[in-house]
Amino acid sequence: MTATAERPQTTIFSRPKSTTGFWSWVTTVDHKKIGIMYGYAAFAFFVLGGVEALLLRIQLTQANSEFLTAGAYNALFTMHGTTMIFLFVMPVGAAFMNYLLPLLIGARDVAFPRLNALSWWIFFFGGIFLYSTFIFGTSVPPVGVDGLGGIDGNLAAGGGPGSFNFLASSPDGGWFGYQPNAGPLYSPGTAMDYWALGLQILGLASLISSINFIVTVFNMRAKGMRLLRMPVFAWMSTVVAFLLLFSLPIIAIALFMVTADRQFGALFFAPTGGGDPILWQHLFWLFGHPEVYILILPAMGIVSEVLPVFSRKPLFGYSAVVFAGAAIAFLGFGVWAHHMFASGITPVAQAAFGLATMTIAIPTGIKIFNWLGTMWMGRIRLTTPLLFAIGFVAMFTIGGLSGVTHSIVPSDWQQTDTYYIVAHFHYVLFGGAVFGIFAGLYYWFPKLTGRVMSEKLGKTQFWLMIIGFNLTFAPMHWLGLQGMVRRTWKYAPETGLEPWNVAVTIGAFIIALAIAVFMFNWYTSKRRGRLSGLDPWDARTVEWMSPNPTPEYNFAVPPVVERLDHFWHLKYDEDEEGRAAAKPDMDQILSDIEEEQLNPRAPIHLPNPSYFPFFVALGIPVIFYGIIYHTTMWGKALIVLGVLITLSSLIGWSTEPLEEPHSEHADPDEGYAHEPAEEVMPS
Amino acid sequence: MLLGVALVLGACGFIGNEDAPLTTFEPAGPFAERIDGLFWPVFWIATVVFALVMGAIFVAVVLYRDKDGAKEARQLHGSPKLEILWTVIPALILAGIAVPTTAAVFELSECDPEAMEIEVIGHQWWFEYHYPDAGIETANVMVIPAGTEICAKMTSDDVLHNFWIPALNGKRYLVPGQETELRLQADQPGEYWGHCAEFCGLSHSLMRARVVALDSADYQAWVTAQQAPTLLPAEGTPEYEGYQVYLNKQCTLCHTVRFDDDSASNIVPADAFNGPDLTHFADRSTFAGATLPEEGESRTAALKRWLENPPEVKPGSFMPDLALTEAEIDSLIIWLESNT
Repeated sequence: MTATAERPQTTIFSRPKSTTGFWSWVTTVDHKKIGIMYGYAAFAFFVLGGVEALLLRIQLTQANSEFLTAGAYNALFTMHGTTMIFLFVMPVGAAFMNYLLPLLIGARDVAFPRLNALSWWIFFFGGIFLYSTFIFGTSVPPVGVDGLGGIDGNLAAGGGPGSFNFLASSPDGGWFGYQPNAGPLYSPGTAMDYWALGLQILGLASLISSINFIVTVFNMRAKGMRLLRMPVFAWMSTVVAFLLLFSLPIIAIALFMVTADRQFGALFFAPTGGGDPILWQHLFWLFGHPEVYILILPAMGIVSEVLPVFSRKPLFGYSAVVFAGAAIAFLGFGVWAHHMFASGITPVAQAAFGLATMTIAIPTGIKIFNWLGTMWMGRIRLTTPLLFAIGFVAMFTIGGLSGVTHSIVPSDWQQTDTYYIVAHFHYVLFGGAVFGIFAGLYYWFPKLTGRVMSEKLGKTQFWLMIIGFNLTFAPMHWLGLQGMVRRTWKYAPETGLEPWNVAVTIGAFIIALAIAVFMFNWYTSKRRGRLSGLDPWDARTVEWMSPNPTPEYNFAVPPVVERLDHFWHLKYDEDEEGRAAAKPDMDQILSDIEEEQLNPRAPIHLPNPSYFPFFVALGIPVIFYGIIYHTTMWGKALIVLGVLITLSSLIGWSTEPLEEPHSEHADPDEGYAHEPAEEVMPS
Repeated sequence: MLLGVALVLGACGFIGNEDAPLTTFEPAGPFAERIDGLFWPVFWIATVVFALVMGAIFVAVVLYRDKDGAKEARQLHGSPKLEILWTVIPALILAGIAVPTTAAVFELSECDPEAMEIEVIGHQWWFEYHYPDAGIETANVMVIPAGTEICAKMTSDDVLHNFWIPALNGKRYLVPGQETELRLQADQPGEYWGHCAEFCGLSHSLMRARVVALDSADYQAWVTAQQAPTLLPAEGTPEYEGYQVYLNKQCTLCHTVRFDDDSASNIVPADAFNGPDLTHFADRSTFAGATLPEEGESRTAALKRWLENPPEVKPGSFMPDLALTEAEIDSLIIWLESNT
């Protein structure tokens, strides 16, 4: 039961050979290992972002609380938003796509395995770079009258009343980094540079993987896996990859402009120099709104996989769901100014963006109704993945409906920048994306481990989470409409906001408890969970034709796909009423598949591990540290060092073939790289 | 379900809550009322859609939950008729919402050319108000005549701010280097709370605002009083002591007071750091970004706390700790509070 064949060495440096242990992870180009690393890193950041949120909630429990200093509070909400978006939901989406996309389309890996490793390592170092601001960053408010008439600066009292002021050394301009507050004049110190350059690195990682996923979907599908036979998650991954491809360059340019402003006095956004602070908002949201769909569409894909399996029916309106996803993505590029209804843009622009925003509700509604249609007249098995998927549909509906109220432009003038907005996007991104992510984690856990997670703990987690979630975020609607502005360190007791803030904080801790239950469940189920076998859920799609845990080569025999839900139709026929009828020899079919997939007839050829993606990625944060400190000798030295690391690694990479030449076998089943594209592509 | 009921009840309690001065549910002028009138129909439509979706989930789970002996599901792939139905119906509902929305955007955006102008300038972390017709400069408390439309012409001296008086209208940014407009009108005399709604740096949470609407007689009296200069205190009085502290402790680097004796009036140079104009300071019901005095605190106690160490009260405040002695603070307060 072999995996890779022996190969002669062709490069000057010896290639990594370890298949287990630390170095196997550093040098791996296996999409599954990369996906797992993405997942664990994202989850670690989720926990960090969650701790930040809990600190914020403790501060807001009481009116006029002085638990945190103003500086610490501002830093924590900035890092909470930045972390949850760029270091949790985005990479966890990348984790799912990495692990599952090749499996869902019946491939053995992504199109560019080393590029995949590169994007992971860039993400990893980007995350570390961003978080190193807690150690190296400095954040001071403008000095005010410092130096005027010999009066001491205005920070005699430190960050003001409260504790945890040491946290204030991290970025404090908000995850949206509005100019000029986050610019050089009003946020001196290096913290916002760590933020801008950290996001730049993370964006690079996503851009690389987006290209990789697009090429993978268009070139690596198994025979017969036509585009409209792909599972919806594969479709949504494709849509997300295009969103990333088109939106990331915008934020990359905007962040370079900010860095130029901050480091080299470029004045793009400085009104005193003729720059325009509103331009930053246009650029930021022109990226930022598609970003919302980058965060939610993978979860929509997950839910579209989970609902049919546990309703034992095909997805209702498959093509409508696919096209609605694409439509949401397309419209998502035309609504950015609804984040700016209060900014003073003209009434014509406001009306136009308001109407465009309303149109997004239509494809979103199509998705929700089709999900309901999937459950309707099904045979519903209320497993943990399905509970989370239903939670997604319900909570996302609330977030979608409150989103419609924002498109009523004058209403939004009241709601924007209040907790009503905080409530809205947490219903979309937590009630939506995070519930979807948990549905996916429970559903595909057997593919990682060969075991099933505990249903008892899973249901406990679900109920804790749905109660805690609603207790946390539902009252925020009321708080916002009662006048509680966002990003507020303190509120006055006279505002009457305190009682619901107490409820919100209690809810937040219930969510934390739910996450603790999940971590315990994951840990114990990995060791002692029930063995899953080939097909624990009676699933529909071809990733379940590969054994659990997934072998390194994914498929010993690549599936030849005959229709949508190929795997299901291998097991089931339809009776005269159109009901599913198990084929009489279903058990035999399943054991044949497992037998075939576990025992390749010949050694399977896989891409070789490589040191180079790791080292190319390593040089990038070194360069960016250098940019922050470019006025010093150390900074200049770091830039040179970083460029040397990255360039020399790139040269090494280019001299190293993806696969070592092999002559010892000819494998009839071996697939994709050597097969003419026409045979794989549809039509 | 119980949670939902609790939330609705709690919300009702909130809506009738007199003790929520920033609430959007008690519009006090035509613009806020117009917005309120747009919100509720959409809210009820959304509630119906929400109830239908939740109901469908609930019914599906109850009716079609897998039981022993349940038949396998019919393998339905979809229904083009239904797809069209649930595309067209939401589109029609949205079209119905879009018409009044668009009308309201245009109606509420442009100031009436006859409206009274007040210039609003945002600073970290307080609002400055200029009355160009009356020639008044003041801070933190905007005094307006009830029943009259105000056209706030707004800009910022530093970063983005966002002027919001929930009872009078939605919010609008203050953008450095640009001018934005916001229509305000209070139908009845009263005090209306506000807040800077855009994150504007360290003490964003302490940048608040107050609008006081007066009937027209009271408003005229206020204008007349504001237009008059402040009396220069006579030598030897306790007020004079405070005035001396003002002069000698560098307050004049940032603050302006217009006295009846022109030679004593100081004007802060345009390029210097700008603090609130302190002429008629004692007339203002609140100070320090409309955050002081706090509930249950006397003005004297609040002023004392503020003057002892402003950044301790308002982190990052551009008014530094001036290391004033107790006696200096006391006499400064006597003068400030006489400054009507």
